[in-house]
Amino acid sequence: MAKQVEQLEQVTIRFAGDSGDGMQLTGGRFTSETALVGNDLSTLPDFPAEIRAPAGSLPGVSGFQLHFADHDILTPGDAPDVLVAMNPAALKTNLRDLPKGGALIVNRDAFTGRNLEKAGYAASPLEDGSLDEFHVHEVPLTTLTLEALKDVDVSKREAERSKNMFALGLMSWLYHRPTENTIAFLERKFQAKPQIAEANVKAFKAGWAYGETSEDFVVSYEVAPAPLAPGTYRNITGNQALGMGLIAASVKSGLPLFLGAYPITPASEILENLSRHKRFGVRTFQAEDEIAAVGAALGASFGGALGVCTSSGPGVALKSETVGLAITLELPLLILDIQRAGPSTGMPTKPEQADLLMVMFGRNAESPVPVVAAATPGGCFDAALEAARIALKYRTPVYLLSDAYLANGSEPWLLPEVDELPEIPVEFADGPNRDGEFLPYVRDPETLARDWAIPGTPGLEHRIGGLEKQDETGNVSYDPDNHDHMVRLRAQKVAGIAADIPELSVDDPDGASVLVLGWGGTYGPITAAVRRVRNGGGKVAQAHLTHLNPFPRNTGDVLRSYHRVLVPEMNLGQLLKLVRAEFLVDAVGYNQVRGVPLRASALADAIEALL
Amino acid sequence: MTENGGTQLSAKDFASDQEVRWCPGCGDYAILAAVQKFMPELGLPRERIVFISGIGCAARFPYYMQTYGMHSIHGRAPAIATGLALSRPDLSVWVVTGDGDALSIGGNHLIHALRRNVNVKILLFNNQIYGLTKGQYSPTSPLGTVNKTTPMGSLDWPFNPVALALGAEATFVARSIDTDRAHLTEVLRRAAKHPGTAFVEIYQNCNVYNDGAFDTVREQKENRIHLEHGKPIRFGAEDERGVRLLPDASAEIVDVAEVGEDALLVHDEQAPTPSLASALARLSHTPHGPTPIGVFRDAERPVYDRLMDEQLARAREDQGEGDLAGLLAAGDTWTIG
Repeated sequence: MAKQVEQLEQVTIRFAGDSGDGMQLTGGRFTSETALVGNDLSTLPDFPAEIRAPAGSLPGVSGFQLHFADHDILTPGDAPDVLVAMNPAALKTNLRDLPKGGALIVNRDAFTGRNLEKAGYAASPLEDGSLDEFHVHEVPLTTLTLEALKDVDVSKREAERSKNMFALGLMSWLYHRPTENTIAFLERKFQAKPQIAEANVKAFKAGWAYGETSEDFVVSYEVAPAPLAPGTYRNITGNQALGMGLIAASVKSGLPLFLGAYPITPASEILENLSRHKRFGVRTFQAEDEIAAVGAALGASFGGALGVCTSSGPGVALKSETVGLAITLELPLLILDIQRAGPSTGMPTKPEQADLLMVMFGRNAESPVPVVAAATPGGCFDAALEAARIALKYRTPVYLLSDAYLANGSEPWLLPEVDELPEIPVEFADGPNRDGEFLPYVRDPETLARDWAIPGTPGLEHRIGGLEKQDETGNVSYDPDNHDHMVRLRAQKVAGIAADIPELSVDDPDGASVLVLGWGGTYGPITAAVRRVRNGGGKVAQAHLTHLNPFPRNTGDVLRSYHRVLVPEMNLGQLLKLVRAEFLVDAVGYNQVRGVPLRASALADAIEALL
Repeated sequence: MTENGGTQLSAKDFASDQEVRWCPGCGDYAILAAVQKFMPELGLPRERIVFISGIGCAARFPYYMQTYGMHSIHGRAPAIATGLALSRPDLSVWVVTGDGDALSIGGNHLIHALRRNVNVKILLFNNQIYGLTKGQYSPTSPLGTVNKTTPMGSLDWPFNPVALALGAEATFVARSIDTDRAHLTEVLRRAAKHPGTAFVEIYQNCNVYNDGAFDTVREQKENRIHLEHGKPIRFGAEDERGVRLLPDASAEIVDVAEVGEDALLVHDEQAPTPSLASALARLSHTPHGPTPIGVFRDAERPVYDRLMDEQLARAREDQGEGDLAGLLAAGDTWTIG
């Protein structure tokens, strides 16, 4: 009997299981299949910091949410339409997000007495009627997988571990996803272990076949491709985009890339990625600590490399002193802060935007640093190029802010044309600049950037250091007027970058009186919330900052031209504080620090309340 | 023919135009003079030499050298120098540090630089005191040191810098004395020649806050145990004393007449493990008796920056020169017409 096919505009699926169940891999593959269909998509991996908390326990649950649609979308979805729960713990921790009437696919085999107990269920939810409000598919995933693999030469344990691929096969059938790439992927991944490859491929195909034949699934779904702009796409996470953006900045500036880093969640992946691109002349240095990581990057900058370090809040806190040195040396340096929930160790795998004031002010004395923030996973690529451009042009450290959500979340990314990427011209000093001498602090009158001579340049030998320096000569100086002058010069140099960045653009089709101002990784949820309000007939304007220091030169004018300004942030009001102080605007905040992205629906309600 | 185009440089070519601002009588002056005098021997033009320092009296050193230089932050010079040396293998990179800078706030960077064997030469000016902050005890001050922060005597067991460097698996470890120009120059020469990280402890007298700390070896030359590779270790006014190894792998001072020359330990800089060198280093935990000077260890081990260069070259050989468009389009892509 041919099964019924239903057309959907969009779907949000959440895969949830034990940390050892391979949910990230499953979600990642479903995402790749979905990208190839041509849907727009957005993902939210959500995993614990513990590598493998005790199997079956609540803290050990790992999830992956994917939102895909036949139109342009901005978020991984507020709530899933479908929840795949591999065990009772996954059901327990995720069920509260599933709306009534939502579809629930559970691995019935995992609902044993022991697992139920570990998840804190007194009785099996499959039997006590507590799931009556949902559309439940109980699938004996483990049994079916073992049955499918009975002729494959793998242990029972290995066979069981393939059940995630059975689930992926079933979901792939349910949503008409192509299978070739996943099969090719599995064969490649387990190249060295052909039996494991065979087991995974077989389980995947068996899952698909189960969907086709089981009477439990009578309808399958199609989501048509989204009308994205013409071009070649790939799916990309923020961390991948940052790595590629840094390499692009190296190619475009002609400076070799040097990355000093110490492993830290959620930034380690950038170090891992870049360590694989040595053929681009990329040097990655895994330092002994966060301080050495930034020190080595600064040392490389001194030698004429593009010095970069990648970290997250707790690591960035340790770098402050070196960043201060880079400010006074006036050398380019990039510090990437992939923000996570804090304070202290906080919630290492969960996103937050609460490092803004740290990177703005978290140093001794007057020490201004430009700050750039990425807005989307794909936007991380542009942010890396822009941060490098500012650092190299103005000889200054630059902070680039991303967060755990952008880092791990993914979206389709339109590949840029390499020839159309901005050039980043860098000129090293090659001769005397003042009366036959080279003075290291002679500046370009327009940018105030100092002349940069690198070791190896004959005749331009000079010394720079952390002590205050005399204007132009760079010699140590304790002169009061000179210090006042130098402090102001460094501040002016950073403030002057405002003339060299785009104005803040405002999306305001209806002539609204309320403006929503966001920054960084909240772009997706804020834009989705604004659309929601507009679809309901509300008038609201939106602007989003990717330059936080200095602000775009028209920011004050934009803010003052609205009756009300709402600033949604994943912190307790850090940008809010800055704009109120800087522009004397009575803006109000919308603040969530839950370690999860803002929810578009709740934010839309907050906007509507202001209209 | 030197690499600087045949022009023979002299010590004064390495003196910058900055007025030297150490206290009169400071041991740093002698070290600066020795280093400036030695520099031409590198055979490198000045622009290819870089001095990097942290914080402290010694850390002012780069300002006085007519080379490239950076006076950085407390304890971090080895990390900064590592980044520079890795990205610029064409340079000769020197770190100047002190006992507080290298062994207290910067201890972690020091030991990791030593174990990695990056091509950086580290000169540690040990004066057993915090001079720039005006006289607090340092991590090399002897136990019981009475000064500003320890009115009843310091409670910290001090580091022996040479033993520490050997423990960190440094491939080149040496010790010299600020005022012994000839010895210091020879040690600098050996350090410069060594492929990888070289660690040189220099006993440096702080005449203001810790005058005479090293007089036992600085003034009483008979206490200097000169280490020479391949030779039995003897010292004293008439070479009447020597060093012997004990069954517990420690070393002791003996009278040669009593034990005979054959019983003496023969110095081996190139021993594959630093055990013998460590035994020698521990002959005087702080130099208040006979103290070895010279090269404790000069062993070969792959140099980090060369290994890194080799990996880069191999990646290019195997995969070809990086192609940005190819990188961006790697993996699964799809095209919308």
